[in-house]
Amino acid sequence: MNKAVILVGGPSRATRFRPLSMNLPQPLFPVGGKPIIWHQVNALSKTPGITEIILLGLFEAHVFKSFLDQCTLEFPKIEFKYLREFALLGTAGGLFHFRDQIMHGNTKNIFLLYTDICSAFPLTELLEKHEQSKSIGTIMVKKVPRELASNYGCVVADSEKKMALHYVEKPETYVSDLVSTGVYVFTTEIFKLMSEIIEERSKELSNLPKKAFHDNFGNIHDSLRLEQDVLQKMASEHNLGIYITDTFWRQIKSAASAVPANAEYLMQTQKSNPSMLAKQNPEGPTIIGSVYIHPSASVDPTAKIGPNVSIHSRVSIGAGARIKNSIILDNVVVRDYAAVINAIVGWNGKIGRWARVEGNPCNDLNDHEYVTSAGVKINSICILGQETIVKNEVFVRSSIVLPYKEISSDKHNEILM
Amino acid sequence: MKALILVGGFGTRLRPLTLTLPKPLVEFANKPMILHQIEALVKAGVTDVVLAVNYKPEVMASVLKKYEEKFGIKITFSVENEPLGTAGPLALARSILCKDDSPFFVLNADVTCDYPFKEMLAFHTAHGCEGTILATKVEEPSKYGVIVTESNSSLIKCFVEKPVEFVGNRINAGIYIFNPSIVDRIELRPTSIEKEIFPAMAANEQLHTFDLEGYWMDVGQPKDFIAGTCLYLSSLAKKQPELLASPVDNDFVNGGNVLVHPTAVIGNGCKIGPNVSIGPNVIIGDGVRLEKCVIMEDVQIKSYSFVRNSIVGWHSSVGSWSRLDGVSVLGDDVHINDEIYVNGAQILPHKSISANVTEPKIVM
Repeated sequence: MNKAVILVGGPSRATRFRPLSMNLPQPLFPVGGKPIIWHQVNALSKTPGITEIILLGLFEAHVFKSFLDQCTLEFPKIEFKYLREFALLGTAGGLFHFRDQIMHGNTKNIFLLYTDICSAFPLTELLEKHEQSKSIGTIMVKKVPRELASNYGCVVADSEKKMALHYVEKPETYVSDLVSTGVYVFTTEIFKLMSEIIEERSKELSNLPKKAFHDNFGNIHDSLRLEQDVLQKMASEHNLGIYITDTFWRQIKSAASAVPANAEYLMQTQKSNPSMLAKQNPEGPTIIGSVYIHPSASVDPTAKIGPNVSIHSRVSIGAGARIKNSIILDNVVVRDYAAVINAIVGWNGKIGRWARVEGNPCNDLNDHEYVTSAGVKINSICILGQETIVKNEVFVRSSIVLPYKEISSDKHNEILM
Repeated sequence: MKALILVGGFGTRLRPLTLTLPKPLVEFANKPMILHQIEALVKAGVTDVVLAVNYKPEVMASVLKKYEEKFGIKITFSVENEPLGTAGPLALARSILCKDDSPFFVLNADVTCDYPFKEMLAFHTAHGCEGTILATKVEEPSKYGVIVTESNSSLIKCFVEKPVEFVGNRINAGIYIFNPSIVDRIELRPTSIEKEIFPAMAANEQLHTFDLEGYWMDVGQPKDFIAGTCLYLSSLAKKQPELLASPVDNDFVNGGNVLVHPTAVIGNGCKIGPNVSIGPNVIIGDGVRLEKCVIMEDVQIKSYSFVRNSIVGWHSSVGSWSRLDGVSVLGDDVHINDEIYVNGAQILPHKSISANVTEPKIVM
């Protein structure tokens, strides 16, 4: 039997996902009409032999309770569990800490996924590759444009593209254009390897003069980083297989990147589950491309929606409104003739008549360009935090607005605190 | 009565509109600039109009021929071989201006106001001196040449260019009335009437000032063209409200000062105004928001778009959910696609715009 662990992080993480993470933990933020983490759970549920999915993170347990309750109903054959890390143990430390629970019940393979990615998750193919390679772990990698590679963990492959020769996290210079997707599968042997690493390290430490290091590094042997400590060692020992995917994949680090992730998942849904998406009908609004509209939302027939739009529960869209490449969260009101383009409108927001909320489309290049407080560099999706009110006729362009702000004059490329 | 209108050159400051029409023919509140002036002059009894121009486009000659017939007046082009400044053209047109002893008007073609020609003439005749300058009051006299008069008198003492300390707030409005004798003060060479002729006249105690009531604006560039339109429409609202769209009969009127040509069509759910001028054969779709803007002849503004503080030139179109703002000027036959944002762009004729123009720039 196989298990899966999804690393969900903690409330102090995901600062790049602000201001949206101020209201909802990033893993639960909806893209393609479903929480980010649901897409991972859904892909895992279709993978052979999965009996248990464990969410591992620093959030309080109640945060994921209702989500996991829903999962239990939706995926009855799988057991769900939330394991809370008591301290920052590093990306692999938590996994190691809970090794007994993870191995319990004759576990064979363990999938490990980061939550801040979106992908088609070809996990069955990954598992096949893993079982062929007979290595301790197999990493799903993706080829990216050379100039972007240094933003990721880079994997150097052998000539047959089967095994990793070397792993390096965000190198300053070009090392390889195959990057880690944050999706892995391991045998339980990984825990043996982790023990070895920890043992080696405590040996090294005990050889040093204790006084000098004890205070600062008292717990260092508990902290374990998956990439630098574990994967690097696995690669160097020729125990890390690779699986190169050519399906869609991207990180969901910044709040802005939720928009392209939403688009990817909606396009995937168009193929896998088209009934979930809005269809053009004579009495309804104009629908272009992939659009998700929650059944409780109301959209005026003269509005034009799409492509790549998610409209969530109890949203109201007025006459002649235009929504394009955007996520409209619960209870938002978009009044008549307003336009929302390349934007995320936070929960309970209100967009006035003839108002316009527009960002630049998010792409791989500008998603890594961080914004400055002077607001000059903002060059992405327009993001309105919870309960933002944009007054009639006001234009908010390529700006990021923190929750509970009222905007009554035009704003361009600003962060509004 | 005679009048000389200082038209000057190509009107480059009002491009891209003046790439299509000479400046005097560009419609200001649905009527060519020069027609506003000619109508007012005709009312004051003017029968001879001289246009001082650096060039004479064919289109202008033919339009003005029509005005000659319509008003029963004589319009003469006085074409300068080299720019003669603001005074030189008077010397060039001596044969007409000095054909009799009656005074004549001189006006800058760019100035809009409630032209008080009759009152000026009465005032000028009453004081008996050589010239009268129309004066308008401004808030910031430090930016202009200020007229200083004798105390409690209209007689001009001197002019102070860009005064540092407050000496008064009356400035030259660019409209004058002179006796023909002024032409003897002017040589046929490039000369500034403000800098070279007026100080001498003031020194001779031959120059009076006459206060303009109401608005005044030099509409030589787009920003001022829009501002001048606002002032003109506000004045119209007081004096001839029947020419404007009535807020009572038209749901779309917001805040008043909306001039709609009778042939224009306006869709449902629009909110238009204040200060909007809509030209002939314009089609406005549903749910359109217009504010402080000029829409010229044959323009189509598609549904749910937003135009503010901009000029949309002839035969242009603005797509659905597009937004024009920040003194954008579309030349003739410019097309803005759906959902496009245009901020402060000056767009030359016959262009299609399919990507946002977020910062002011010229689109060649």
